[in-house]
Amino acid sequence: MGFRKIASTLAVASALALPAGLAEAAGTVEVLHWWTSGGEAKAVGELKKAFEAQGGKWVDSPIAGGGGDAAMTALRARVVAGDPPTAVQLKGPGIQEWAEQGVLADVQDVAEQEKWDDKLPKVLAGIMKYDGNYVAAPVNIHRVDWIWANPAVLAKVGAQMPTTWDEFNATADKLKAAGITPLAHGGQPWQDATLFEVIALGVGGPEFYKKALVELDQDALSGDTMVKVFDQLRKLRGYVDPNFSGRDWNLATAMVMRGEAAFQIMGDWAKGEFLAAGKVPGKDFLCAAAPGKGFILNSDSLVFFKVSDKDEQEGQKVLASLTMSPDFQKSFNLAKGSIPANTTVPLDDFDECAKKSKEDLQQAIAADSLVPSMAHEMAVSRTVRGEFMDLVTNFFNSDMSSQDAAKNLAAAVKRGQQL
Amino acid sequence: MSASDGRGGAPGLGRRLEAWLPQIVVSPIFALSFFFVYCFIGWTIYISFTKSRMLPVYELAGLLQYERLWATPRWYVALENLFVFGGLFIVGCLVIGLVLAILLDQRIRAEGVLRTIYLYPMALSFIVTGTAWKWILNPGLGIERVAHGLGFENFKFDWLINPDMAIYTIVIAGIWQSSGYVMALFLAGLRSVDDEIIKAAAIDGAGPLRTYAGIVLPMLGPVFLSAIIILTHLAVKSFDLVIALTGGGPGYATDLPATFMYAYAFQRSELGMAAASAVMMLATIMAIMVPYLYSELRGGNR
Repeated sequence: MGFRKIASTLAVASALALPAGLAEAAGTVEVLHWWTSGGEAKAVGELKKAFEAQGGKWVDSPIAGGGGDAAMTALRARVVAGDPPTAVQLKGPGIQEWAEQGVLADVQDVAEQEKWDDKLPKVLAGIMKYDGNYVAAPVNIHRVDWIWANPAVLAKVGAQMPTTWDEFNATADKLKAAGITPLAHGGQPWQDATLFEVIALGVGGPEFYKKALVELDQDALSGDTMVKVFDQLRKLRGYVDPNFSGRDWNLATAMVMRGEAAFQIMGDWAKGEFLAAGKVPGKDFLCAAAPGKGFILNSDSLVFFKVSDKDEQEGQKVLASLTMSPDFQKSFNLAKGSIPANTTVPLDDFDECAKKSKEDLQQAIAADSLVPSMAHEMAVSRTVRGEFMDLVTNFFNSDMSSQDAAKNLAAAVKRGQQL
Repeated sequence: MSASDGRGGAPGLGRRLEAWLPQIVVSPIFALSFFFVYCFIGWTIYISFTKSRMLPVYELAGLLQYERLWATPRWYVALENLFVFGGLFIVGCLVIGLVLAILLDQRIRAEGVLRTIYLYPMALSFIVTGTAWKWILNPGLGIERVAHGLGFENFKFDWLINPDMAIYTIVIAGIWQSSGYVMALFLAGLRSVDDEIIKAAAIDGAGPLRTYAGIVLPMLGPVFLSAIIILTHLAVKSFDLVIALTGGGPGYATDLPATFMYAYAFQRSELGMAAASAVMMLATIMAIMVPYLYSELRGGNR
């Protein structure tokens, strides 16, 4: 026991500059997550390594499948049985839903000691808190509104990276005429919803986005701007290849890599796929913000559950501190393609796309155009998000008119809010 | 006297034990199935009357979840799909199964081998069937591509990704999987028809068509009933086939009530509404099973 303590203290003293008070007993954590694909698994491996370097015991509970649905089912069963994991990969309003059940533990003392309020964007900090206390620690900031492109394919039609949706449409028409699929897309509800929200921000602007997709204002949902958003979405439907139905996002990314398609509109986890394939940003692939002003925020976080075991409570605090530590935020985000949630971390080792992301993030914070993602469970409850996705995916796969879509969307959201 | 009483008592106990033995052996299983099936049915029904979302709550909220369910367009898609899929699946399996059974019943050579071949799909799980058919029907991988490769450039078969036609791909895969089983049922039924009757019909000058339509098929009534019951419940609870073949897509065009329920319970954190849809499914099954059980029990008494 004593030896272990000494060993862990030594390890910390030598490798990681962490507050000594937290480092002396690293404790045990069980982390339930679904970071199981290539880049993600590597990223979570960084956290495990860092935690074990402090002498703690890491129990890994990866539950793959269904974009976290399987993990949620497991989590529900364990919480009901009174045996929750120490920390869980959870996000957005889902955190509040669990907090309302009274099953979350706060890590406010760690947060205060390390001044998290000064390090996180305000929008994100608000999502991590319940009743003013931190119950979760963010590991990264993903930007959703990215366009990825293959420069060699764009060169074939002499096109540049588009900066407005009209330019995008013009380029896409040229590509289509040249027999190239303009847009690589996978027909899964969340991917359809991703296109939808990127257009909502691009066409409607941040004010509209907040009104419609965050505050769920009925007039904004059924109004003329929303009709325009659906019009542009209908245009995009014409730019995807016939086999898009059900395709996974990373297969769509591979289409851009291989030059079978020119663009993909997808969050910066797509960059992880490009990098993992050995592609160089700026040369083999291009990244640009999707047309429009603003920044759609998606962030993964670790949420801390109430555990009774002393050892695990210790581990929770160490994990909270570690999650926000610059070293971890850097190595995790280098592996995952996102940027650190802790905005004080310098981005020297990051690629051009990440630096651009950080720059735009700071501009967006200053201009109050940082908005939470609807499609990625940052803005609204799962129920309302489900209604959004049903409608958007139905629109994308049918010949519903934009007017009907806006009207039905308002009704669907209302139904989702009934509970 | 007292000694003989004692001797008389022991076999009495033994005999009583013997009489109760079946009940004693069966009761744990009965208790388990009572708890895990009927209690949970009761629990689900209760939950469907609450506002349960992520975790169950036990405060009653009346018919709210049912009102929301019947106002949801996706639920109507699921129901319509159930009728399209269920109807075509049952009729398709019956027709193909019956034809195969009649053909196999003609005392042909290698019947055993053929029977096994037709029955074999039943040995696969729906997941395997769904995945294989997904590849076969995918325009970029399967039939369409093969046809293009053979030079038929204009050949088009995109049902899998066409929201209006996708449900029929599930019908195709379902029939492929289950018609062999129906064939086996009918074959057993055909074998039980007395040869004498068929010979008598032949002597009376009835042709093969007339013999089957007028004599053999009416005698297969009970087989038809069992086949329909089995196929109906397969159709109503179909889940894995849809998940593997289309994932409910494109969009939610191939949702069935079972996949609808799964999506709401596990992806949308709407336990209450999922429970309401489960109760609707149970009601559908009951509407078919209760008359069947009733007729069976009445038949037993006769």
